[in-house]
Amino acid sequence: MRTASISLTTYNREVYEPSDDTFLLVDALLKASSQWPKRPYLCIEIGCGSGFASCALALILCQLGLPHHLIALDISKDAVTATRATLKAHGVISADVVQDRFQDFLSRTEQQYDIVVFNPPYVPTPDEELQRTDIARSWAGGWKGRIVIDQFLSYVPKILAQEGQLFLVVVSENDPPGILKALEELDSSLSGQVLMTRRADEELLSVLHIQRR
Amino acid sequence: MKLLTHNMLECRIKGIENRYPFVIEASQVDTVEQDFDPDFLRHMYPRLEWPALKAAADSLGVTGLPTSVSEDMLEDEEFLKVFHHALLEVVLIEGFLVCPESGRKFPVSKGIPNLLLNEDEV
Repeated sequence: MRTASISLTTYNREVYEPSDDTFLLVDALLKASSQWPKRPYLCIEIGCGSGFASCALALILCQLGLPHHLIALDISKDAVTATRATLKAHGVISADVVQDRFQDFLSRTEQQYDIVVFNPPYVPTPDEELQRTDIARSWAGGWKGRIVIDQFLSYVPKILAQEGQLFLVVVSENDPPGILKALEELDSSLSGQVLMTRRADEELLSVLHIQRR
Repeated sequence: MKLLTHNMLECRIKGIENRYPFVIEASQVDTVEQDFDPDFLRHMYPRLEWPALKAAADSLGVTGLPTSVSEDMLEDEEFLKVFHHALLEVVLIEGFLVCPESGRKFPVSKGIPNLLLNEDEV
C-alpha cells in the first residue's frame, strides 16, 4: 500500500517534520485500514502540520476504493500552507485544508466524522509553553502533556459518528490508560485500546484507537 | 475549498445568533474533476444542510440544484451528477467567507479558509 512520501512532503523550521510519532500514526492507520467497521466518508485530521498523515490517510482510502472527504485542520499558517503543498505533490484531491483552532472548528455540533486523527502536542512542558505561537505549538503539551489532549477529549463524544473511529497519538507520560478511561466515562458508547506502541529515543509512543459502538 | 467544506463551516464570533451559512464572495473559482460516486453522495446527503449548499452554488453561478430533495431523487443519476458537481468539483480558490449577521469577512487564500478569530471576537 502506498502512503505519503517524505520527498514529496513540505516542512520547514515552522512546521513539524514528520518523525517517529508521525510514522507510527500512519502505520496504525494502515493496520486499522484492513478492517474499517464501516466505510469512512467524512474524515478530519486535527493539527495536520506538514500534511504527511492526512496525505497517507487519503492515499490509503483511495487505494481501498473508498470515496471520502477529508478536512485537514491546523491553527498555523505555515502548517496549512505546507499541508496544501504536500497534498498537491501527492496528487490528493479528496482533502480540503482549513486554518482554525480545533476548539472553534469542532463546536459546530451537527458535524460527525467517521475517522478523526489527532497527533496532539503531547510533550510534557511547563504550562507557559502553551502560550507560544511558534512551532512549539506542535509539541508543547503542558502538565503531563495533557493540556491540549484533555481539551480535545471533551469534543470526542459529539464529533465521532456511529461506528466512527479516533486515532490519537500519545506518550507514556500522558497516561494512556487514563485517557481511555476518561473517554469511556465521558460517553459509555466509546471504547478504546492501544493499537500500536513503539519506543523512539526517550519517548514511548502509542496510538490509541477509540471507536463508538 | 469545496462546497462540501463550506457546508460544514460557521462563524464563531461571540454574541451573534445567525452564524450559518457563510455568504461567499468569490474572486477565483476553479473546477476540479472528481470521480462520480453515487454511494458517497447518498451517504453525505443526510449530513448536509441542503439550503446552504443550494445558496452557495447559486452564488457561484452553479446552476441546476433543486430547492429541495426527495428520497427518490437520490436514485436519479441526472440529479446526482448535478449534486456531485456542486458538492465536490466546484472549488473556491480566492475570496471571502462573510458572516451572515456581523458581516465579518474571513479570507480564503489559495483555497484555504482562515477562520481564526481576533482576541476581542471570542
